[in-house]
Amino acid sequence: MKLLSWRFIPMWQRNRDVFLRLWHVEAPGFIAEPVLILLAMGLGLGAYVGLIDGQKYIEFIVPGIIASYAMFSASFECTYGTFWRMEEHKTFDAIIATPLNVEDVIAGEIFWGATRSLLTGSGILVAATAFQLVHSPWALLIPVLSFVAGIMFSSIAVLFTSLVPSFYSFNYYFTLFITPMFFFSGVFFPLSSFPKIVQTISWVIPLTPVVNIARALVWGEFHPELMVALVTIIVLTAVFFCISLVTMRRRITI
Amino acid sequence: MAMAVIVTEHVTKKFKDLVAVDDVSLEIEEGECFGLLGPNGAGKTSLIRMITAVSPPAGGTIRVMGKDLKMYPRQVKAVLGVVPQIDNLDIDLTVMQNLTTFARYFSIPKDEAYRRSMEVLDIFQLEDKRNSHIRELSGGMKRRLLLARGLINRPKIMILDEPSIGLDPQARHLVWRKLGELKAQGVTQLLCTQNMEEAATLCDRVTIMHLGKVLTQDSPQALIARYVGSEVLEVEVNSEDRDRIIEQLTGCEFDFMDAGDTIQVFHTNGEELTRELGDCTERLEKRPATLEDVFFRLTGRTLVE
Repeated sequence: MKLLSWRFIPMWQRNRDVFLRLWHVEAPGFIAEPVLILLAMGLGLGAYVGLIDGQKYIEFIVPGIIASYAMFSASFECTYGTFWRMEEHKTFDAIIATPLNVEDVIAGEIFWGATRSLLTGSGILVAATAFQLVHSPWALLIPVLSFVAGIMFSSIAVLFTSLVPSFYSFNYYFTLFITPMFFFSGVFFPLSSFPKIVQTISWVIPLTPVVNIARALVWGEFHPELMVALVTIIVLTAVFFCISLVTMRRRITI
Repeated sequence: MAMAVIVTEHVTKKFKDLVAVDDVSLEIEEGECFGLLGPNGAGKTSLIRMITAVSPPAGGTIRVMGKDLKMYPRQVKAVLGVVPQIDNLDIDLTVMQNLTTFARYFSIPKDEAYRRSMEVLDIFQLEDKRNSHIRELSGGMKRRLLLARGLINRPKIMILDEPSIGLDPQARHLVWRKLGELKAQGVTQLLCTQNMEEAATLCDRVTIMHLGKVLTQDSPQALIARYVGSEVLEVEVNSEDRDRIIEQLTGCEFDFMDAGDTIQVFHTNGEELTRELGDCTERLEKRPATLEDVFFRLTGRTLVE
């Protein structure tokens, strides 16, 4: 039995259609907020921060803001959004009575979450370019990076969603997992400012490699360690994607 | 002989300690309307979830149109029209989008999807609501939309779980008429219902389930004849003579059932009964037997849940 197929596309299209109907309600959260954070931190805090190599602080945080908000977009979509469709409205129950399998539905959810990351990442990139904070044509790969990171964060979120009993459980996900990553992945300050132990942990949490690659793309400066970051992202994505399909099948087809 | 389009063999479903469906073997023939009756907790919905490939059986096999459901879930689901008991319309979409989006799950091209959507909206008199949001619909409209959605892929088999629940009599008759037309076109129907009138009106054969098991299976008329007879005699009783009457009925080996303030006597006629009970014509009422009498006889009068 072939579990996953191109049939995830109609599920993705369904989410796209809903988004196109409601985008004006959601857009401020995912484009305006990061741009405000960028300006507030970059210009406000940035006035007091001197970086070693003469870089402006606002330039330093651009890649991290892109990576973080790509993460937030996918995470919200595949926790609250997925749970809403699965439990509150039984949308998945209706869909799996058609030729779509659970795996198609969940892959559609994950790729849609990744699409939201792509939109967010690209939106911030455009804003940052308009403020002349981007210095390399390599930044054109930011949408691709956002999409791949989106698949990873969506998969992790779906895995968590498949295990929780109610909406309230997502508080744990965001306060204990997502928010710490926002602060400990080198978004606002280089990892080297942290004690050794925090640096080590930071290297294995999924946002760090995304921030590092985003920084390289925005500046056009590459170093061999980025290969490790890339491999980390690919491995985490593949593993969580597969696990989330299995745990969701268990949850939905009882 | 008609081909069996849905065959379940020794199908079982377990939830922790509960055996929801216990060794159920059924054959539903092409073009018939097959009723699945039973009180709450009988296992009807669990059985339907298994037949629609939404939930895997713990044991046994299910074949739909000759295909093993486990091997070919997509192919089977492509020919099913499922009308669920719970409203699972897509609340984020409009009425029209609900139908066209659903058509897309069946890979129906856009133009065709639009045409079919208009067609099914027309059948269930929902054309005026096509741009409404789901939350603006009344309960009856939602149910009609669920039925309309179930027809979007022109199914060969319809799986209907309480299709007329919450409908007013007008809408219910509209739905019954439409289901009758579909049957005339050769669409097989598996109808799960608590409404005995509905089952008697629509079904060629019914099966009565109780606590996960199949109790009996036949045409509604045959079941009535077998378990009740053509008429039911209801004897009104009060607390004083109740025990005496029950004793008399037992003594004369009448087939009866205690229904609280009346005692229902089956497989008999008025003369026979008055001969044995003495003159009790004032409190004797005679009415035609229904499927509901069969249902009570087989599943009891106490609440299961």
